[in-house]
Amino acid sequence: MSELKRTPLYEAHVAAGAKIVPFAGFEMPVQYSGVIAEHNAVREAVGLFDVSHMGEIVFEGPGAVAAVDHLVTNDIAGLADGQAAYAGLLTPEGGFVDDVVCYRFSAEKVLVCVNASNREKDFQHMLAHTAGEPQPVDEGDRWAQLAVQGPKAPALVQALTQTPLEPIERYHFVEGEVAGFPCIIARTGYTGEDGFELFCAPEVARGLWDRLVEAGALPCGLGARDTLRLEMKYALYGNDIDESHDPYEAGLAWTVKLDKGDFVGREALIAAKAAGPRQKLVAFVLKGRGVPRQGMRVLDESGAEVGVVTSGTMSPTLKEPIGMAYVAKGLARSGSTLQIDLRGRPVAAEVVKPPFVKR
Amino acid sequence: MAHIPDDLRYTQDHEWIRKDGDELIIGITDHAQSSLGDVVYVELPEVGDEVSAGAPFGTVESTKAVSELFAPVSGEVTAVNEDLVDAPEKVNEDPYGDAWMIRVKPASADAYDGLLDDAAYAAHVESDS
Repeated sequence: MSELKRTPLYEAHVAAGAKIVPFAGFEMPVQYSGVIAEHNAVREAVGLFDVSHMGEIVFEGPGAVAAVDHLVTNDIAGLADGQAAYAGLLTPEGGFVDDVVCYRFSAEKVLVCVNASNREKDFQHMLAHTAGEPQPVDEGDRWAQLAVQGPKAPALVQALTQTPLEPIERYHFVEGEVAGFPCIIARTGYTGEDGFELFCAPEVARGLWDRLVEAGALPCGLGARDTLRLEMKYALYGNDIDESHDPYEAGLAWTVKLDKGDFVGREALIAAKAAGPRQKLVAFVLKGRGVPRQGMRVLDESGAEVGVVTSGTMSPTLKEPIGMAYVAKGLARSGSTLQIDLRGRPVAAEVVKPPFVKR
Repeated sequence: MAHIPDDLRYTQDHEWIRKDGDELIIGITDHAQSSLGDVVYVELPEVGDEVSAGAPFGTVESTKAVSELFAPVSGEVTAVNEDLVDAPEKVNEDPYGDAWMIRVKPASADAYDGLLDDAAYAAHVESDS
């Protein structure tokens, strides 16, 4: 195993008493005060995440938008400057290389935010599938990233900046400053709450982090990030989506714009759409006691295996066991009854309409 | 440093054992609850079940992880802390008190004496971390 990397905020995490774990090649905080307290802070007030481990791959120069448009499922050419879009980065066969967020700065600059664990793979994939100019540039080491999330995040951040935040709509961004530190202020995030992701230089990340904590944002770790995104049924790469699943199976058809022109994986998706998905990623609530976990078998009412759990937890907001699973298409409708094999003990579950937590 | 009371015995798997007459009360240590994080689910055996030394008798789950509970001794379960079913967070709040898990009537009267004392358990935790 290669040596683990640290984000510019590692010292801040240790000083705050975080429990540090290896994650995607980094030493990352999994929790500080406790997963449930951190989770609730994001749902009710403001939480602060270090997401500097995420990768940034930039396309800059004439043709930048077209280059990214050719790589991802969503319509980047159709975005306004200063707008972002969640998208799939697919193999030619239509499976997920990664799920990404594309930030369109201008017709000549797009930043693609990628998962830390996929950074190198994504970069090689982009190089292999980018014809001509501009070529992708891996800027991952040039950016730190802080996510300020929760219903009180806008007020907290606004108190630290002259940049008007109210005009920044969901999935839009501006270049500005927070606490005097230059950063990109993006109204994006992966918790289901309002809030911002702040992209800044690594040298100023600590200063920005400290000012946000002083202002009342509670440091939150990967544990809370996982329970928060799961309550929204947001996919986690490696758990819920991977190269063996396409956007239709994953319930991410809304990210696919087949009529925008050619892109990597389009032919395969056209065929997949025509054939219809064999299985679908569903949200389920466990009706008995226990906690569903990744890898557990999903059974139908007769006990036949019909799928596998991809993510599961005890929802801190609902205080109910929830999960996601790929199941045969016939069982994907909400209200369908499943059984989850909890280490040899089958427990009833019901397919529900996502998200688990309505905002 | 996790709290390790000196009037209990321990296992290498981080269970504690309190002697109460000819029965033993079993729970998990402060170190164990702290390592697990927020406990959200506890699964325990039923009164009358037999447990055997070193074998799993239940599970405790945090938001992220699952841990098996291992019986320190062989014997018969005489009581189960049903309160933990509805309030698993007690494992974090009071691991040596309200969050006791089961009572066991040991098959062998001297099984307790073979368990780790507080000093041996403290050394084990130290070497583990």
